[in-house]
Amino acid sequence: MIDFSILFEHGDMFLEGFWNTVQASLLALVGSFALGTIFAIFRISPIRPLNWIGTAYVEFVRNIPLILVVFLFFVGLPALGIVLSPFVAGTLGLTVYTAAFIAETIRAGIQAIPKGQMEAARSSGLTYNQAMRYIILPQAIKVVIPPMGNQFINLVKNSSVLGVIAGLDLMYFGDLISAETFVTFDVYIFVACFYLILTLPLSLLVGHLERRLAGSR
Amino acid sequence: MDFIGAYAPSHLTFLLEGFWITLQVAFLSIVFSFAIAIVVGVLRYAKIPVVSQVLATAVELIRNLPLLLIIFFTYFALPEVGIKLDKFYAAVLALVIFEAAMLSEIVRSGLKSVEKGQIEAARSSGLTYVQTLWHIVLPQALRRMVPPIVSQFISLLKDTSLAVVIALPELMNHAQIINGRNVNYVIPIFLLVAVMYFVVNYGLSIVSKRLENKHA
Repeated sequence: MIDFSILFEHGDMFLEGFWNTVQASLLALVGSFALGTIFAIFRISPIRPLNWIGTAYVEFVRNIPLILVVFLFFVGLPALGIVLSPFVAGTLGLTVYTAAFIAETIRAGIQAIPKGQMEAARSSGLTYNQAMRYIILPQAIKVVIPPMGNQFINLVKNSSVLGVIAGLDLMYFGDLISAETFVTFDVYIFVACFYLILTLPLSLLVGHLERRLAGSR
Repeated sequence: MDFIGAYAPSHLTFLLEGFWITLQVAFLSIVFSFAIAIVVGVLRYAKIPVVSQVLATAVELIRNLPLLLIIFFTYFALPEVGIKLDKFYAAVLALVIFEAAMLSEIVRSGLKSVEKGQIEAARSSGLTYVQTLWHIVLPQALRRMVPPIVSQFISLLKDTSLAVVIALPELMNHAQIINGRNVNYVIPIFLLVAVMYFVVNYGLSIVSKRLENKHA
């Protein structure tokens, strides 16, 4: 049977890890949303070089492993003389990686808005940037919410790579506790439960939103 | 940065050896997880009482856990209950569990996308339910599933790199070993490794786009 005494004896470590996982996920979400929006706009921009940069970023980052991106920040930057704490390096890596996926999500959302909207906005005198900001983006956000929710779930799960570089997250403390107590099975079950506390409600919410959006069409 | 030292022939062959293990792990995981995903997806689609609820719960739980945790679990926790696997098979098992859950969702929604009229027509022309699934629904659904399945395969290939945490001698692990020799190798090696993953994954995504256009 599962030994709950470990959970209580090491409760503070579990909670610290849980809290750091939440922080890393939220920080990376905000960062990757900002970065992702910029790259999405680059990708659909009529200006060629911007378009090229956006496409290159998205295609390259989406096709390499997350852990490689995190290692670039954690091992690669120190080789150039820039040393970051594991938590910062991990969160930056997560941000850069997730931004590529969010950029694709937002681009798909923007392109789901009928072309007539842009044409109507332009012919009523708005500039391209104004039309984007006041007409297209507000509508695109609505379409984009469920897939963004999925990206956030992935982000929470992916934040576990911080554990690999001693980033003080839930995974890291789970390893630490199992090394201290020599109990692995039960500790990993508890770690799993903590992750599910974050991801399951999100997953149910996303499912609900998806069904509602499908119904409203 | 020392590109010439980093790209010494011995290093390149060492990286390729790692990449070979990466590809082996990915290939085995793809085959097994895809097979399991089809069974799970079909069972859930067929709405068999109890079985489909149990599978739905299992899939929902696994999908919402980090793969890294599952790798730790199969390698460190399973021996505690008497199941000992070496690094290679622990990594394969973890990937199969995780990816089968992800793929089964794709299979299920692909099956659901086949129009009801197809099933009704097949049933009224005298096919049994199982025959209808096998000959009518599954072939059509599989064709529609190709793009999401290929992108899941790309994820799987990238995810094999997480096995670096149990020191499986795959590409990431070998890259880290070379990086440990000289700090000037780090950036050139990471660049090369990124290009190796990129070439295979981008190639896969182009194949997927071709298939998509062919079927559309």
